[in-house]
Amino acid sequence: MSKNKSQYLINRHDNQYEVVIGLEVHAQVTSESKLFSTSATKFGAEPNTQVSLVDAAFPGMLPVINEYCVKQAIKTGIGLKAKINKRSVFDRKNYFYADLPQGYQISQFKDPIVGEGKVILDMPDGQKEVGIERLHLEQDAGKSIHDLDPKNTFVDLNRSGVALMEIVSKPDLRSPDEVNAYVKKLRSIMRYLGTCDGNMQEGSLRADVNVSVRKKGSKEFGTRCEIKNVNSIKFMQMAIEYEANRQVDLIEEGQTIDQETRLFDTKKNETRSMRSKEDAHDYRYFPDPDLLPLEVSDDFIENLKSEIPELPDEKKKRFIEKFKLSPYEANILVSDIETSNYFENVIKKSDVKLATNWIIGELFAALNEKNLEITESPISAGNLSKLINLIKDGIISGKIAKTVFEQMMEGDKDPQKIVEEKGLKQESDPKALEALIDKVIDDNRDKATEYKSGKVKLFGFFVGQVMKVSGGKANPQLVNEILKKKL
Amino acid sequence: MSDITKQSLSELVENIKGKKLSSSEVTKAFVERSEKSKELNAYITEDYANALNKAKKFDEKPNLDLKLPGIPMAVKDLFCTRDLRTTAGSKILNNFVPTYESTVTQNIWNEGAILMGKLNCDEFAMGSSNETSFFGNVQNPIDKNLVPGGSSGGSSSAVAAQLTPITIGTDTGGSIRQPASFTGTVGLKPTYGSCSRYGIVAFASSLDQAGPMAQNVKDCALLQEVISTYDEKDSTSIDFKRNEYSKELTKDIKGKKIGIPKEYRVDGMPKEIEDLWKKGIEYAEDCGAEIIDISLPHTNYALPTYYIVAPAEASSNLARYDGVKYGFRAEGENLIDMYEKTRSEGFGAEVQRRIMIGTYVLSSGYYDAYYLKAQKVRKLIKNDFDDAFKKVDAILTPSTPSSAFKIGEKTNDPVSMYLNDIFTVPVNLAGLPGISIPAGHDAKGYPLGLQIIGKAFDEQNILNIAYAMEEKINFKNNITDWWIK
Repeated sequence: MSKNKSQYLINRHDNQYEVVIGLEVHAQVTSESKLFSTSATKFGAEPNTQVSLVDAAFPGMLPVINEYCVKQAIKTGIGLKAKINKRSVFDRKNYFYADLPQGYQISQFKDPIVGEGKVILDMPDGQKEVGIERLHLEQDAGKSIHDLDPKNTFVDLNRSGVALMEIVSKPDLRSPDEVNAYVKKLRSIMRYLGTCDGNMQEGSLRADVNVSVRKKGSKEFGTRCEIKNVNSIKFMQMAIEYEANRQVDLIEEGQTIDQETRLFDTKKNETRSMRSKEDAHDYRYFPDPDLLPLEVSDDFIENLKSEIPELPDEKKKRFIEKFKLSPYEANILVSDIETSNYFENVIKKSDVKLATNWIIGELFAALNEKNLEITESPISAGNLSKLINLIKDGIISGKIAKTVFEQMMEGDKDPQKIVEEKGLKQESDPKALEALIDKVIDDNRDKATEYKSGKVKLFGFFVGQVMKVSGGKANPQLVNEILKKKL
Repeated sequence: MSDITKQSLSELVENIKGKKLSSSEVTKAFVERSEKSKELNAYITEDYANALNKAKKFDEKPNLDLKLPGIPMAVKDLFCTRDLRTTAGSKILNNFVPTYESTVTQNIWNEGAILMGKLNCDEFAMGSSNETSFFGNVQNPIDKNLVPGGSSGGSSSAVAAQLTPITIGTDTGGSIRQPASFTGTVGLKPTYGSCSRYGIVAFASSLDQAGPMAQNVKDCALLQEVISTYDEKDSTSIDFKRNEYSKELTKDIKGKKIGIPKEYRVDGMPKEIEDLWKKGIEYAEDCGAEIIDISLPHTNYALPTYYIVAPAEASSNLARYDGVKYGFRAEGENLIDMYEKTRSEGFGAEVQRRIMIGTYVLSSGYYDAYYLKAQKVRKLIKNDFDDAFKKVDAILTPSTPSSAFKIGEKTNDPVSMYLNDIFTVPVNLAGLPGISIPAGHDAKGYPLGLQIIGKAFDEQNILNIAYAMEEKINFKNNITDWWIK
């Protein structure tokens, strides 16, 4: 691990503080049905339309484990290079709340399905390994809606029973930037695996953030506070900055930090105490007697291993070795499975270097401007590939290509057709170019004389005029050659 | 036929199949007798009109290939029945009507039986006398003011009083076998995993099992055959080869080894019980069984273990009755206030006591000392049985340490009430099958039962032993219909 120069430290008076962060990420398992029932999990459905008798905890209803969710959790574990536990146990976490119909959440406490693993982060000053403590499966709760009525709370149980993976990191993160990289990397891995869509707006990915501070160089951990249920990376970073500074201020004032659960107020940009350690729930965990311990065989795990696609780290390595991409380029292209798929489709039939530049440059900028995902790109990989070939083959210039590209962004048109329909094909016929150039020199006799008498800077003027007259279609290389001769 | 209700299930099935009786005639007879027997308070919910309609429909197009063709039956009110109120004996479910059917009752209706109503029970099956029911205590037809046992007290009373030809109960610590013993009837607690728990209001999930309650062993075997199925909707249901228990029933138990556990000779056991046990041993020997003394060394710890494990699970299982989604709700100032009022008013004292015990033993700081230790002892108790079953085919014990007691006699003494389950509880902890058969009377003429415990999934064997012994014992219940004016 590189000792990074850009270490994130908080300075107060003569003291420097290091921030220690651990994340409990709650990732919704991509699955048609819930963890212990057959109800659908579609986002945005009418309230209480995806609720079975099991989800609503009717008397005598029993949970039955969804094998698909188990597979998804194990795949994620494999993606995190983690130990898969062949035997895991579902426990009940008991507490009362209106949107928790059973009065307990089925989770895994002592024996999670996935044990220790790791995630590699690419930071500006090198790679950093973040340890994974565990991954366990659990049910989501429903949703309490407090703002629809002044006196009543409404409860929507559509989420009740939806499968979540809780991924607990070791306290290895040291800055908001690392948290950003970590969550993005986790999200990327899960999206590659198809085990979580990582959609933070829809709540598919949220995190409890554990923050503590300690004097630089100290080996002891400080007292930590847990910031509950933060649902965007930006908010995580803001919450960490606020919370770390709050803790440093307390220490500097000679006060102690209370271990407590806090909430991040996104409007006021501050964390607030939710409950202290003394008020912490006693969840009375015990093994759920409705469910037998979950046992999976070696074969079961091996079969899943064979279904694991190439993951970002391996893909990055391959892109660098095979396509000679820079680590920077490779990082960008592998960060998202959809982007890397797009890239690989483009380069199937076109130049790698040009494709890399066009995707990272023009395409990303254009998509960004239109606020589109790569999957929503108006330009298909096939058509971008064609465009690149037109450039490569000298049929259009890079400049014309930008015009064609803009048109393609307006609708998925074949670049070849655009070039033909608009007559944008590059003029590479020397005779035609000579005629053009002759005319330009003729029209600018005085300048030609100046050039000949030594004002060589005017060469650029002539190139510009030729390009202008040709409507930008003249092959610049040829124009240069011919102009030189003629002048 | 005026004596329809005196017929056993097997006789009724035979008569309906032989077209000597119609389902309507049989149903009408049991409905009429049930209506005349309100004083027993065996029913919580009656569904007589529907039952008579269903019987009529059955007769219009009788399917006589079924195992329970047109047989009317009332069931314990712990089984969820579609469109018919299911209360679990609790105020908190007083108005609860399920939209679904338990697997066990569905199996019964699939074989042609007809639901007559829901039978009284201790609240959430927590009790040994049916006195904790929100719907009042049940009279034992043996004698006025005598408890019918519990928690399946409505079931035992109804079978003994012939208000239903047969019924089902549930047994978490003895709730089928103890009331069977108190009413001179037969009750089987099957192996854990034999009968699906789907749709049964849960008390203690790792102990609950549904089972048949009948007038004789043969009827009991027939109903067990119907209710025991593998069910994917219950993760603890076990897929094993189930016998056709009634067809394979035999009295030939020659050479069967029957163990007598010395630890069941508890201090202060009444002489009547001691004598009954001795007689039971003689009956078994008369049937050709070989008697072997065995030891189940951890028996003493069974009751305290049970009273940690069962309340722990119950405290969690009953958390769903919170007034939010269904059932009783008391209005409150806020959510917590609503919870507190709903659960204080909705649950009776015994249920509240067990929720508190369960919450306590699972609390952080107490978990290891209570719940975890209890789980370890539970394993030792199971190991005791495993060891014993290396030497014997079945184990014979008394079903209860006494005959039925008076209503109100033990209501203020929970520990003495709990001691009633001392012989039945170990069987649940070990997940084994156990059957109680009537075997004699005490000095007051109240029935006493013997329990036969079998290996896991060996229901056929204990049914056979019970069947053979039943013939030798030749028990006659002395019921005078005192409640019918």
